Amino acid sequence: MNLQDFVEKFAEQFDETDANEIQANTVFKDLDEWSSLIALSVIAMVDEEYEVALKGDDIRNASTIEDLYNVVKAKH
Amino acid sequence: MWLCGRNQERLEETVSLLAGSDHAFSIGDLTESSYVERLVEQVGQLDGCVFSAGRGLTLPFQFATREKFDEVFNINFFSPIELFRLLVKKKKFCPKASVVFIASIGGIWNISTGGSVYGSSKAALQSIVKFCAKELSSKKMRVNSINPGMVNTPLIRRGTLTEEQLKEDMERYPLKRYGEPEDIAYGAIYLLSDASSWMTGQSLVIDGGITI
Repeated sequence: MNLQDFVEKFAEQFDETDANEIQANTVFKDLDEWSSLIALSVIAMVDEEYEVALKGDDIRNASTIEDLYNVVKAKH
Repeated sequence: MWLCGRNQERLEETVSLLAGSDHAFSIGDLTESSYVERLVEQVGQLDGCVFSAGRGLTLPFQFATREKFDEVFNINFFSPIELFRLLVKKKKFCPKASVVFIASIGGIWNISTGGSVYGSSKAALQSIVKFCAKELSSKKMRVNSINPGMVNTPLIRRGTLTEEQLKEDMERYPLKRYGEPEDIAYGAIYLLSDASSWMTGQSLVIDGGITI
């Protein structure tokens, strides 16, 4: 797995946010569109694409998308 | 009383909490048809039965693949219904037996984000309870469901939601707490007993008032 690919898949969970706004160092919870449904979608995407079971706490404790990528990578 | 489940330790704990001493348990997985057939052979005549096997899942609809539906429906819908069907077919129920399915408020009264797979499995269960109640009334059997809100068991602590989110959710309950297993067990005792002898095909909502 690589970071760029992860960021793209993360960005796919959004509908209104411009993909350019979503980078590895983006603090994703600050994005206007961020919601509990998108959080669930990210957990489901990670399960589907990487077969990793993220917890709600993993999302809560991560600040940037790269933080979350590192959690997924460690469990992968 | 006969109990069945996958985990010996948990079964022993449950037996230790029961009044009386004439209890037995059987270890196995209700999604395995060979186990279900063996179980049906083993049990004696039943005055009643509670079907409580189930699992949860929180998943946005666009990720709800057939595989995810199968995983959840196999446990929440097909396994209890197949066990029930065989118990009926093999005439394991005494006259006037009472049967209770643990459904949910989810999928019927409560439509929550990410609940489509779980909720629809429980709605299917809820529906078949009424068909069974009607058909089996000729045998004077009663079939009802209990529809709990969130109850403090490992089923609701799968980690998808954080403790913070669960606490927030709990605050939405008029009685300001989640249920305890006993809250549901007392409902099952009522439905199994003659106290409910004129009640069939119904849904007993036990939910701390969340569906008001």
